[in-house]
Order: sequence, then structure tokens, then C-alpha cells
Amino acid sequence: MAEPVIAARDLSLVFTTRDGPVQALSNVNLDIAPGEFISLIGPSGCGKTTLLRVIADLEHATGGSIAVNGRTPEQARLARDYGYVFQAPALYPWRTVLGNVMLPLEIMGIPRAERAARAKAQLALVNLSGFERKFPWQLSGGMQQRASIARALAFEPRLLLMDEPFGALDEIVRDHLNEQLLKLWAATRKTVVFVTHSIPEAVFLSTRIVVMSPRPGRITDIIDCDLGLDRPLEIRETPEFLRIAQRVREGLRAGHSYDV
Amino acid sequence: MSRNLLPVLTICAGLILLWYGGAIWMNWQVVADTQARAGATPGLMDMVRLTLNHARPLLPAPHQILDELWRSTATLPVTSRRSLVHHAWVTLSAALVGFGMGTAVGVLLAVAVVHIRALERSLMPWIVASQAVPVLALAPIVIVALGAMGLEGLLPKAIIAAYLCFFPIAIGMVKGLRAPDAMARDLMRTWSATPAQMFWKLRLPASLPFLFAGLKVAMAAAVVGAIVAELPAGAQAGLGARLLAGSYFGQTIQIWAALVAAAILSATLVGALGAAERAVARRMGMRA
Ligand SMILES: Nc1ncnc2c1ncn2[C@@H]1O[C@H](COP(=O)(O)OP(=O)(O)OP(=O)(O)O)[C@@H](O)[C@H]1O
Ligand SMILES: [Mg+2]
Repeated sequence: MAEPVIAARDLSLVFTTRDGPVQALSNVNLDIAPGEFISLIGPSGCGKTTLLRVIADLEHATGGSIAVNGRTPEQARLARDYGYVFQAPALYPWRTVLGNVMLPLEIMGIPRAERAARAKAQLALVNLSGFERKFPWQLSGGMQQRASIARALAFEPRLLLMDEPFGALDEIVRDHLNEQLLKLWAATRKTVVFVTHSIPEAVFLSTRIVVMSPRPGRITDIIDCDLGLDRPLEIRETPEFLRIAQRVREGLRAGHSYDV
Repeated sequence: MSRNLLPVLTICAGLILLWYGGAIWMNWQVVADTQARAGATPGLMDMVRLTLNHARPLLPAPHQILDELWRSTATLPVTSRRSLVHHAWVTLSAALVGFGMGTAVGVLLAVAVVHIRALERSLMPWIVASQAVPVLALAPIVIVALGAMGLEGLLPKAIIAAYLCFFPIAIGMVKGLRAPDAMARDLMRTWSATPAQMFWKLRLPASLPFLFAGLKVAMAAAVVGAIVAELPAGAQAGLGARLLAGSYFGQTIQIWAALVAAAILSATLVGALGAAERAVARRMGMRA
């Protein structure tokens, strides 16, 4: 097997808060191979965002170990190994769409002419050609989120970390963006770690689904879900799809995730 | 446009009418006394005419102030010591130099406070305390002290102006540099941005609206500072000197003309800053 992109061993994280310690992650063991599309699913507060932030070196583990491309998360961050898409678009309001997508390239010291060309190519990839000169507030929520994906892709990282990128969008837009993301992944075979609350979204997109449960945040199940590279939206009606979705639902229930 | 103009004009006309009424009422006694001493018994219309054209009224009428403004700006060469243009320039230059110095100090302080945690607790209280000292008390001390060191003219006045105007800039700028939220900052971190890039590409652009709000307050404060600095040392020129001379000799019309000139000066400067702000906002894609 190729060297894993992410290797977590007994990973734990305890936040020290004013009301005492909060165990956000406990004993997380996870290997992610190059080219995988991994979804993290679980109820609110189970540590999905925290796990993603540990990978991105935005948060530091308090126990166990984690390696990103065989290095520490900090080394990986400094080597610009990953692109991160936050739950909100977080575009800088004083920059145009193009200016926002060029920002990471600017920070990495890429020459001006190349910057514009690369940013435009990424915007085309998320169907935003023609909106380069608009400011964020002139775009719909879905378009803003697409722009933020283009920004994360701008420097062509091999690893994409996405925290509920489509959480705030309506079903139709979400379906559409899911298809686009799948195409992008099939074309580039980037490694994606994708946080979601939606079972159909997870099954539709992933090669493996990691089910997490809260108090303390831990992995309760890892479900294989290889539906092939070519997945039309209609695949969601097939028995195979429904079988996997059912297993995810059971996994979530087993983790006492939904206290009824 | 005309829909906005009408209420504005109505209010202006109302204020001017009120002013004329006030001038008649306040100057009535002075005129009545003079007339009584002279043994004259003017009629009502004559009394009104006299109250509105007194040479040293308690409250000058608007047309008297306009007349004085016109006479002391348009009809005198700007080199004349009685030209209001000359005095306004003396005050303006001190205010602008002070504004520049205050802006530099305010911005530098804000940058330091935001980037060095220890300074927040050690410096901020002093910055706030500095404004608790009344400038009227401070100005003479500074002017005299600097005068003893051989510093006279523009610089001491500029220092007083700077003293007043660094504060709103520092406070606004600290708030502005802290405006970017955790997500905006985390984004920079995921790209491994240097602290300098974090400043130039995130904190500074985010702070510009706050900076402009501070600049506008500071600009008006700088004019006040320059005028106050002209009061104590018996300055020879400047709007402050004009005010002082006017009050020595009971030249109320001259005082009011200097006041109006100061107001016009401040309004023009703040207006220019407002225009610059709008131009910057347009470039930064702010909503109209
Ligand atoms: N900076 C922090 N300080 C203290 N506690 C935190 C911090 N960030 C997260 N937590 C706690 O850690 C736990 C996991 O939070 P996390 O944000 O990872 O959940 P999540 O699975 O992403 O939830 P959601 O689906 O609502 O986004 C929660 O109990 C949360 O309160
Ligand atoms: Mg989350």
C-alpha cells in the first residue's frame, strides 16, 4: 500500500475551557490513502471539525500522533500540502472573486501573470467564468461557496480538507455542487476529507465513510462505499446505494448519536 | 436631489430667521441705552435697523459676519496681517502638520498594541489617560516649555494638534486591525502566511473603514488643537490669535468671522476626507 496521506494513531484532543476540560477527540485511529474520498459524518459536537483542524495544524493534538504525508501537520502546512474549505465561504469582502482566488497564490509568491491565469482556470472549473470582477456580496451563497472552493484549489494541493462546504445551501444547489465535486475528484484524484451531516451526500461522494459519535468524539464505524468513479445522481435510487446509506444510519444510531 | 434640497433649505432659512430674531433681542438693550443717552427716541423700524447694524453687537447679524468675511478675505491682499486668508493659512498649516504627525503616531501605536500583547495592558491606559488632561491646560505648558527651548511658530502648535488627533486614530485603528474574525485569520494560517502578509493582506484592508472614521474625527480635532495652541502665547497670526484679539477689543464681528472661517475650514477638510473615503470604498467594492 502507498504511504498514507493521513495516519492518525490514538489521536486525542482535550480542550481546556473555563468550565473544565472538554474531550473533543479520543483514540482516533485512521489511515487515509492517496486518492481516497473520505467523509466524516456524525452528530453535532462529535469532533469532525476538530479532527479536520488537527490535520490542518489549526489545532494541536494532546495525545497520540498524527502524520500528514509522513510529516507533522505543521511541516505539511508549511509545505502547503492541503487546501482548506471552511463551513462559510469567508471570502475577503474587499477583493473581487478573482482577487480572492489569487490571494493564496500571492501569498506563495507566484508571479502576477501566472496568478491570474491559474485563478481563472480554477474559477472555470467551478463554473464561475465571467464572475471574476464581481465582489463577493454580488454573488449568491452557492456561488460564494464555489469561489471559496476555487480558492482552496488555486495552488493545486494534493489534499483537500472540506468542512461542511455545502451545509448552508438548498438541496438543488447542493446536488449540483456534489456532482461537480465528484467530477473534479474523478479528474484529479486528489485526496479529499469531507465533513457532512447528510447521509446521502456522504454515500454519493465517498470511497469510505467514517462515522463518529460524541462525548467523547470517537470513530464508531468505517464503511466502505466504492460505487465507482462515474456516479450519476440517479445512483441514489439503486439498492446498493440504499444498503450503504442504511448501514451509515445504523452506525450513527449505534453511537447513541440521536438521543430520542 | 431637489427632494433633499428643499428640507435643507427650509431648515437653513428657519435658522437664519431665528438668528436675526436673536440678534434683535440681544442687542436691543445696548442700542436702547445708547439712544437714550443721546436723547433720541427711534421708532420700532429704526430700532431694528440699529440692532442689526451695531458696530460691537452682543450678537452680530448674519449679514454683518458675511460682510466681515468678504472684506477680510476678498478685498485684502493675502499678505496683509488683517487678511483672514493669511490667518486661516497659518492655522491650517499647523493643523495639517499636526494631523500628519498624529496620524503617524496613532497608526504606529495601534499596530504596536495589536501585535505586542504586553503593550495592550501597559500602553492602552496611558493612551486613554492622555485624553483626560484638558488641552486648554496643557497647551500653555507645552507652548512655554518648547518656547524656552527655542521652538516657536508652527511646530509647537502642530504638536498640540497631534496630541488631540492621535487618539481617535489609535482607538479606531486598534478596533479595525482586530476586525478580521477567526475564520479569516485561520485562512491565512492554512496558507502559512507570514505575519507581514497577515498585516498587509488582511488586517490593514479590514481596518480602513475604521481608520477613516478616526481620521475624520482627528481632522476636526487637529483644527481645534491648532486654534487652542494659538491662544496662550499671544500668537501674532492664526484664527486663534484673531479670536483672542477680537475678544480683547470687543470686536464681536471679528470673533464670529474667525469662528465661521474655522468652521468652514474644518468642514472642508472633513469633507475632503469623506470624498477620499468614498473613493477608497468604491475601489474596495463596498456596497453603495
Ligand atoms: N476552541 C474550542 N474550545 C473549546 N471547546 C471546543 C473548541 N472547539 C470545539 N470545542 C468542543 O469540542 C467538541 C467538538 O467540536 P467540533 O466543532 O469538532 O464538532 P463538530 O463535529 O464539527 O460539530 P458540528 O457538526 O456542529 O460542526 C464540542 O463539544 C465543542 O464544544
Ligand atoms: Mg463542525
